[in-house]
Amino acid sequence: MEKRVTFRGWLLPLVLIAPQVLISAVFFFYPAGQAIWQSLFIPDPFGLSAQFVGLGNFEFLLSDKFYRAAFLTTAVFSILVTLSSMIPALFLAVIADRLIKGSGVYRTMLIWPYAVAPAVAGVLWLFMFNTRVGVVSWYLGQLGYDWNHVLNGGEAMGLVVIASAWGRISYNFLFFFAALQSVPRSVIEAAAIDGAHFWRRFFTIVLPLITPTAFFLLVVNVVYAFFETFGVIHTITSGGPQQSTTILVYKVFSDGFVGQDLGSSSAQSVILLLVVGLLTVIQFKYVEKRVHY
Amino acid sequence: MKNQLLGVIAATTILSPIAAAAQTEIQFWHAFTGRLGELVAAQVDEFNASQSDYVVVQTHKGNYSETLNAGIAAFRAQEQPDILMVFEVGTATMMAAGGAIKPVYEVMAESGANFDPDAYIGAVKGYYTTTDGEMLSLPFNSSTPVLWVNRDAFKAAGVDPDMDLSTWENVGTALDALKAGGEDCPLVTAWQSWIHLENFSAYHDVPFASKDNGFGGLDTELMLNGPAQVAHLTALGEWARDGKFIYTGRRNEGGANFRSGECALFTESSAGYAGISAEAEFDFEVRPLPYWKSIIDEPQNTIIGGASLWVMSGQTDEEYKGVGEFLSFLSTSNVQAAWHQNTGYLPITAEAGDATRAAGFYEQNPGTDIAVIQMTAKDPTANSKGLRLGSFDQIRGIIDEELEAIWSGDKTAQEAMDSAKERGDALLRRFEQANR
Repeated sequence: MEKRVTFRGWLLPLVLIAPQVLISAVFFFYPAGQAIWQSLFIPDPFGLSAQFVGLGNFEFLLSDKFYRAAFLTTAVFSILVTLSSMIPALFLAVIADRLIKGSGVYRTMLIWPYAVAPAVAGVLWLFMFNTRVGVVSWYLGQLGYDWNHVLNGGEAMGLVVIASAWGRISYNFLFFFAALQSVPRSVIEAAAIDGAHFWRRFFTIVLPLITPTAFFLLVVNVVYAFFETFGVIHTITSGGPQQSTTILVYKVFSDGFVGQDLGSSSAQSVILLLVVGLLTVIQFKYVEKRVHY
Repeated sequence: MKNQLLGVIAATTILSPIAAAAQTEIQFWHAFTGRLGELVAAQVDEFNASQSDYVVVQTHKGNYSETLNAGIAAFRAQEQPDILMVFEVGTATMMAAGGAIKPVYEVMAESGANFDPDAYIGAVKGYYTTTDGEMLSLPFNSSTPVLWVNRDAFKAAGVDPDMDLSTWENVGTALDALKAGGEDCPLVTAWQSWIHLENFSAYHDVPFASKDNGFGGLDTELMLNGPAQVAHLTALGEWARDGKFIYTGRRNEGGANFRSGECALFTESSAGYAGISAEAEFDFEVRPLPYWKSIIDEPQNTIIGGASLWVMSGQTDEEYKGVGEFLSFLSTSNVQAAWHQNTGYLPITAEAGDATRAAGFYEQNPGTDIAVIQMTAKDPTANSKGLRLGSFDQIRGIIDEELEAIWSGDKTAQEAMDSAKERGDALLRRFEQANR
């Protein structure tokens, strides 16, 4: 069932889409084009000279086993961040939806973490898990667990995932909550009268009805995990220990702005562009089939 | 920033309308905040008040990396400052950018300002000087690693705090005794690559990289996997496994542990003095950085960390003349002695060190001269002049990763350093290609 509006002439539709096209061109196509162009060179940082290397930068990257490992790290990280920010958010939204009294306060409290900047969130979690003076690591120590994320890659990954997902739960909560509110009461009540208990109603009626929101959040959260978690990783682990929390976008930053290697950094941006493009295509082609609008 | 500039111009115009018309503005970008930022501002104010031809405008541009990036971005937009502060690991990047900089020796020669390259301490100057002895940037803040001792922690563990800690062999004995005496944190470090590899190599007179540590050309390769370095890291790795060396992170995280009194020994920059003397509620002491007696009979000198001032190209002759005057002012003995005493950074001229000694500063603040002695006791060799490696900030990151693999027991010291060499060399080759 597709809805389509048809225009008589060409002028009006062109004028209507012009702002969007212009914005995309200035803020997306131009920089992306620049990145593709620069990825073919090895320039010096000051832009005084540049060596044309063709696909040399890509060759250099793909033959680097640490770069290849960053793909796996990114995949693990993104999946964990997406799951651990969406599932608790949905759970909290379901509970908030059932509240009759005080839901305003509850909602407001849950939205707060979203207002905390990623780098600040990183520092907060870092303090709590500091290996020597952190509150949480101290309690873990009391329980006989020696928390040391500066040397243990798994723990470091866990910490950056929690710190990245934490603020995101609020964002997801808002969307899930709005979606739950829009589920028609009559449908749920009818099911209740037929004897379906709460979880049965949830899985057979509510969840299918909120899949458009869930799908939207899935796309947005994967993009978030790919691109916006950089501040958290920078403040907590700087990509370490060893390279266990170096995700692709962090490597773009560290090669470009710490290493001043703009050629490699541009090539990585291009690869990242392809990966995210591919992911989005997969999401729309396969996952969206299971979404009911 | 433009408003700020206008403000400065307006203010000076009101004060002295005639002189202001002839005043030349000098832009100076630096990376200091807090107490250090205030001290830099004071130096600039003093210079501005001392003459009427030039006005130096100092601007804070973020941390070291951010300041360098701001300078690079500004150069690409042709809005570069006259003077840019660059940390020591960015030295090779700046040196390779021949068209973007104007060497300090040239600036000084053309400006006719007072400038005697021999007045600077060799080991400080060497880092920023070509193999032909031409000074490219002016050393600004320099420090070197030393050993900090928590005497109270020694006593609490029943170990004599006056024991000889000049060699790592003795430190090893001390660590055993401290551990046995119930000390949970016998040794921590800051800046592991800088102290335990870069300075370690210079101090033991072994190369860190080929071609005189990169001074001799861009086709340099890392040599940090040599037997001396591996022996040291193996010992540290064993101490880490036995809980005698505690790893706290890549930067100076360990400082918090030491200042709180938790740890007994701490290898850290001499510039840690300000923080430690302000916070430590225990009896502390500065000792020279230990060396391995089994590797060298007497240690060479240590090398510096810190930043230098680079003059950017593309400015007017009048501005360069002012830059020359300002840099000459910064090198004067009074300015340097005050800087050294206030910050714990090394004096960059021998004269400033002598003035500090004559003023009785070292007697009132024992240990503050250890760093100076350690740097100047011997004439630097090709291995201890400093390091000049491209992409060095990133190579340090690689070294940090590999060292973490040693501390966690994932790799032996030899494996880790072989891997660091291989990965670091790949970056050096790219840097060579970018600057061909």
